[in-house]
Amino acid sequence: MSMLDIDALNVWFGSGRDRVDAVRAATFSVAKGESFGLVGESGSGKSTILRAISGLAPHWSGQMVVEGTPLTKVRPKAFYKTVQMVFQDPYASLHPRHSVDQVLGETLHLHGFSDIDARVVKLLDDVGLGQKFRFRYPHQLSGGQRQRVAIARALAPEPELLLLDEPTSALDVSVQAEILNLLVDLRRDRGLTYVMVSHDLSVVGHMCERLAVMKDGAIVEIMGVETLRKMEAKHPYSQSLLAASV
Amino acid sequence: MMDTLLDVEDLWVRFPSRQGVFDAVRGISFTLGRERLGIVGESGSGKSMTGRAILRLIRPPGIVEAKQISLGGVDLMQKTEKEMRAVRGQRISMVMQDPKFSLNPVMTIGDQIIEAYRQHNRASKTEAYAKALEMLEAVSIRDADRVMRAYPHEMSGGMGQRIMIAMMLIPNPEILIADEPTSALDVSVQRQVLDIMDKLVKDRGMGLIFISHDLNLVADFCDRVLIMYAGRIVEICEADKLNEAKHPYTRGLLNSLPRLDAPRDHLEVLKRDPAWAQAPSVSGRI
Repeated sequence: MSMLDIDALNVWFGSGRDRVDAVRAATFSVAKGESFGLVGESGSGKSTILRAISGLAPHWSGQMVVEGTPLTKVRPKAFYKTVQMVFQDPYASLHPRHSVDQVLGETLHLHGFSDIDARVVKLLDDVGLGQKFRFRYPHQLSGGQRQRVAIARALAPEPELLLLDEPTSALDVSVQAEILNLLVDLRRDRGLTYVMVSHDLSVVGHMCERLAVMKDGAIVEIMGVETLRKMEAKHPYSQSLLAASV
Repeated sequence: MMDTLLDVEDLWVRFPSRQGVFDAVRGISFTLGRERLGIVGESGSGKSMTGRAILRLIRPPGIVEAKQISLGGVDLMQKTEKEMRAVRGQRISMVMQDPKFSLNPVMTIGDQIIEAYRQHNRASKTEAYAKALEMLEAVSIRDADRVMRAYPHEMSGGMGQRIMIAMMLIPNPEILIADEPTSALDVSVQRQVLDIMDKLVKDRGMGLIFISHDLNLVADFCDRVLIMYAGRIVEICEADKLNEAKHPYTRGLLNSLPRLDAPRDHLEVLKRDPAWAQAPSVSGRI
């Protein structure tokens, strides 16, 4: 059964003369437990797809189906329990005046959990931070630690589908390795499904089983990671992207 | 023997803080000839501070100390602020990371380049305009006339960075310091910008200091690489022999990169040894 089906998705911003079609007729599906990558240059619409899925893009048409339920403009609460997102910049995605405990506690409270205290402890252990980070503020954490908190927050409602928007592009390579390992472990332990956006082909090659290459808002090619490793991309644009990144 | 453009000896950058003095750069030495010298390291390793210290751009309370930073035999540490202004831009130029923050948002690109040119040269507006056009074409900007009239927000990141490089090259400096010039750019554009820098450096016989956190990029692009850790140089190697690097830190960084040709379940995580930070700096002087 597929976790996510996207069919002929269009996303646009503005209207009339200023209308920009950020995503045009994107179609793909992601199976349960799969890890799917979206790659492309900046402005190719890869992040916009994630934002549309999570309900952050105001104007879209086409069909998005999560676990057999078609998405509507207004999302039910159950949707946010299934789908969560991790953003690119860990410096911007955490509230600067909320401690780690508040960030995680608030999320858990909003999702109606009662054993908040025990869950915060467990979440911090799961992302490899431990108890001593519980009452720290974001400015007392490094970039990698903040991204771990952001991942913990996304995991709090026990989602099944995690949308990852360039989760490591703001981090050093050594820290990137730690975060990618954490994401690999979490997926294995919890049977999560990932949709991951990245401009780095080697990161997507490491994390994902299949990937879509995007250009100017359209998906030009969907291929398996084996094809990527053998450098056998068919579309000329994916070939040039591959050539540029090696 | 390569002639030495810049000789840095025992450079320290210190920041006094409430918890005591923090040493961002701790006694590093290196020389730069007519070559492409890469400086790599993680954030906080002091690589950007090194670039800034050479131009004496570190403001108080930051302290810069060095036995010498000599540019063609003249010690920059001895110069007054006024004399430094003749060095900055004119003899040593710097390209910063993000073109969005280094261009003036309320001035057209043409006006900015012309201003930069007339700052250093006596020239009429028409001459400066022609020179600016010529420079934009040198960095492969098509349609230079339109770009001259445009504002920075109308430019893409890659265009902005090329404009910055054009502006830095107008006074024909001897040394170009590029601080992560391509980190804000896409891979495809990255290549173009590097090719342009490479060509200019070769044609003009400039020295280039290329600061980056991207090991593969530096290995590909530079001649010699300094690897910095905690404010010190831990290893120096020829760029094409970076894969044979010996220091555990360099090895760790190289192994922590995911690779398309060698898939793995888990990436290697860098294990830091406190001894690395204590070990004395390796000298990069030739």
